[in-house]
Amino acid sequence: MRALLASPAARIGLSISLATGLYGVSFGALSAAAGLLFWQTMALSLLLFSGGSQFAFIAVIGGGGSGIAAMGAAALLGIRNGVYGMQLNALLRPRGALRLLAAQLTIDESTATSTGQQDPLEQRRGFWVAGIGVFVLWNVFTAAGALLGSTMGDPKQWGLDGAAAAAFLGLLWPRIKGRQPAAIAVVCALATVLAVPLVPPGVPILLAAVVAGLIGWFRHGHEQEGLEPDVQPHADGGPRPRRPPP
Amino acid sequence: MNLWPWVLLAAGLAFGTKLLGYLVPSKWMNHPRMARVAGTLTIGLLASLTVLNTVVSGQRLVPDARLGALAAAAAALSLRAPFLVVVLVGAAAAAGLRLLGWG
Repeated sequence: MRALLASPAARIGLSISLATGLYGVSFGALSAAAGLLFWQTMALSLLLFSGGSQFAFIAVIGGGGSGIAAMGAAALLGIRNGVYGMQLNALLRPRGALRLLAAQLTIDESTATSTGQQDPLEQRRGFWVAGIGVFVLWNVFTAAGALLGSTMGDPKQWGLDGAAAAAFLGLLWPRIKGRQPAAIAVVCALATVLAVPLVPPGVPILLAAVVAGLIGWFRHGHEQEGLEPDVQPHADGGPRPRRPPP
Repeated sequence: MNLWPWVLLAAGLAFGTKLLGYLVPSKWMNHPRMARVAGTLTIGLLASLTVLNTVVSGQRLVPDARLGALAAAAAALSLRAPFLVVVLVGAAAAAGLRLLGWG
């Protein structure tokens, strides 16, 4: 245990677990407000276990979209986890049942904690500490938020719909580090606004996904763009990288 | 509407996507197009979700207190507030604007 606490990766993993776990409260409360049952909310946190996808699922349902549109949005937003899986497989090389467990724990936070380390042992510690830590705390706080949310009455009175808008901006923010990602965000936001009056609820986000996917397929940008960890935008505490003036 | 099938299918797809990353040959990793699409998809979907949660109600565009929440959240983010604070600021702004009778 002392060795674990002396490990820099384990310390980072624990602090990320706490910060991320806490905002499980907002997921639980928003999910209850969107009309999901308690155990449906918990199934998303226990089984789907990927913050962005979970928020996407409940946002589509809360906006009147169908279950299949919610599933589609969640699945598309989860594609980056597959890319993380490839990176982590090369670093950690888990075998057998450990591989299944590692796959379930493959999310933004565990990937960022692990790939931020140089030493292979630290990479392994970082992944497991952040992965298990976030999983446990995220689920505990999701349950707390879901119970709290269902006793709050009208969610609008508490500004929960404003909390959802803020949450998505908070997830998007750390990924906008230059002109190209900003342009992609603006184009997809515009596509959504234009599509909303014309197509059924739940479809605009899928159109935005098509636009974003086509941009990614055809442009020649930096390949790590958009794969920055969410949740703790400024976890390093240092100044944010700025582009030099042209 | 019974959501259970979609909740469980979404969970299955999410796990399958994660596991696929561990199963595909590592030479696929050298395919930068794959990482690029995953990155732009993430940005595009989050931008779309931000808009949907700020000005959309059903099939209509409705400017209301959520716009104030978004502005307050942007201010908090530019002051480097942690995520949970950003969410709370958004909720407080929307609730406060409604108390004042807007949206």
